[in-house]
Amino acid sequence: MSDGLNYSDGHLRGILHAVRSIAMVGASPYWNRPSYFAMKYLQIKGYRVIPINPRAAGEEILGETCYAALAEAPGNIDMVDLFRDSEAAGAVMDEAIALKDAKGIRVVWMQLGIRNDEAAARGEAAGLTVVMDRCPKIEYGRLHAELSWGGFNSRIISSKRRRAQIL
Amino acid sequence: MTKTDNPNWSPFGFETRMIHAGTPPEPVTGARQTPIFQNISYVFYDADHAASLYNLQTFGFLYSRLSNPTVAALEERIASLEAGRGATCCASGHAAQMLAFFAFMEPGDAFISSTRLYGGSITQFGKTFKKFDWHCHFVDFDEPENVRKALTPKCKAIFCESLANPGGVVTDLEAIAGIAEEAGVLLIVDNTMATPYLCRPFEWGAGLSIHSTTKFLSGNGTSLGGCVVDSGTFDWAKNDKFGGLTKPEPAYHGLTFYETFGDLAFTTHAHAVGLRDLGATMAPMNAFQTLLGIETLSLRIERHCQNAQKVAEFLDAHDLVDWVSYAGLKSSPYHALAKKYLSGGFGSVFTFGVKGGYQMGMKVVENCELCSHLANVGDTRTLILHPASTTHRQLTDEQALAAGAGPDVVRVSVGLETLDDITADLDQALKTAAEQTKKAAE
Ligand SMILES: Cc1ncc(COP(=O)(O)O)c(C=O)c1O
Repeated sequence: MSDGLNYSDGHLRGILHAVRSIAMVGASPYWNRPSYFAMKYLQIKGYRVIPINPRAAGEEILGETCYAALAEAPGNIDMVDLFRDSEAAGAVMDEAIALKDAKGIRVVWMQLGIRNDEAAARGEAAGLTVVMDRCPKIEYGRLHAELSWGGFNSRIISSKRRRAQIL
Repeated sequence: MTKTDNPNWSPFGFETRMIHAGTPPEPVTGARQTPIFQNISYVFYDADHAASLYNLQTFGFLYSRLSNPTVAALEERIASLEAGRGATCCASGHAAQMLAFFAFMEPGDAFISSTRLYGGSITQFGKTFKKFDWHCHFVDFDEPENVRKALTPKCKAIFCESLANPGGVVTDLEAIAGIAEEAGVLLIVDNTMATPYLCRPFEWGAGLSIHSTTKFLSGNGTSLGGCVVDSGTFDWAKNDKFGGLTKPEPAYHGLTFYETFGDLAFTTHAHAVGLRDLGATMAPMNAFQTLLGIETLSLRIERHCQNAQKVAEFLDAHDLVDWVSYAGLKSSPYHALAKKYLSGGFGSVFTFGVKGGYQMGMKVVENCELCSHLANVGDTRTLILHPASTTHRQLTDEQALAAGAGPDVVRVSVGLETLDDITADLDQALKTAAEQTKKAAE
């Protein structure tokens, strides 16, 4: 891609299949915000999504309690999905690195349009897998032939038969 | 935009994508050829699933006016061939034009179009669009500066055909795209005549590309259809011209498409609002026919172009022919542009001028035996037409001339028949017409 970030389909598929719980930093309680769309979709696909947003702490978003900070989220967090701007990504990355072992964090994923190379380098040095400037909803849909339903170019060419899946 | 910095570029070759893009095996049955989903509605798992679909929170099918699996396969295939982000298929080429402008035009808005267009498009833009208070300013794109001069604050887009119907005219896409970019407006290119095999408009800066899939993509004259391909690279928020995508959409309970869907916004909007509310949907059977057609696109276009080149040379040397406007002829003023923008041929639709004007033009067409006298292009059959008395007869003499459809003009869409049979038919038609015209004058 133009941004020089090359994530192979296999790499992204591996992440999306290994991860079960996602902390969504910057999740919004408003139905018409992009994060709400992504959270809803990821829930439908079977992920537990825990919203993190100090301004909505204590509120429920899509049936999940929202927490003010990563450290407060209960249980294991396989992946942190970042809906903040590129600058804020640095601080969240440092939090994720600090909580890595306590929370079992393995992946930090920065949303489409978000990129912070220094933060990514710190994360990778700490053993985290980092994805930047991609949307897990779009990538999940693309890799599972659902994006194609919308008339989009998935760039996937294959004559292999996929296992039909429910939902 | 070069290949490598286009995020939608695929490492697979054109011919591979022509056969495979959008059509993996059907997962439930394993059917290798794409099923025709002759079906209107799709069962919801539960109320929450229904709500997610209505809210555009999940991918999936709801009702075939908005989207259908067979049509979606075709959409992905065409998007892939042009390295676009997504595509929206619809009932016809004209529906595609309507759908493209509908996304961002408001009453009072304007756009600039080339005068060298398919006659039906000139009427659609100049007359019917006026009823929506959309204003089209036609200018001669041969001099790109004309386009810059025609820009007004209300102008939102620039429209042209890459290889224009009927004339063998090629537009200087890069120059026009530069003007569009500077002005912050969208360049829309009708790529029907060139097809994605000969020209990929996004490589030259177009934001959207339009097709009448009725023509070469379906290829056999069976299926009407249209398509709007979105490059995914146009920044709708660069100014306040594109509120249809950047402001809350009242027809979608206030959803802001560009913010929510990013580079998927145009195609999502074109389905969820455009097709939903304008209703000009492509039929699944037509999508299937068009998918089949595209599987052999490169082979057909190569031969179309080879035949057309030879027919053009034959006519160019013919005593009863005054001129030939085919971009493949070295004498064509568009030859250099054609070499730049078209790869692998010069198209197969062109015009020639007969000696003897309007009457002679009509007679040539009437005397063809093999070539079909009808209003269409891009069929396996050779098609012939006298635009001034048919497709362009709605236009004033001045408009017809500007569109390359003067009284002496005959348009031919060269098919895939044996070359000698095509030239022999045109030869006898020209000679018989000349005799008849001579007799009538006596
Ligand atoms: C260049 C071009 N654009 C658009 C159209 C309109 O397409 P349709 O007839 O599919 O509506 C045509 C049809 O002749 C065409 O030739």
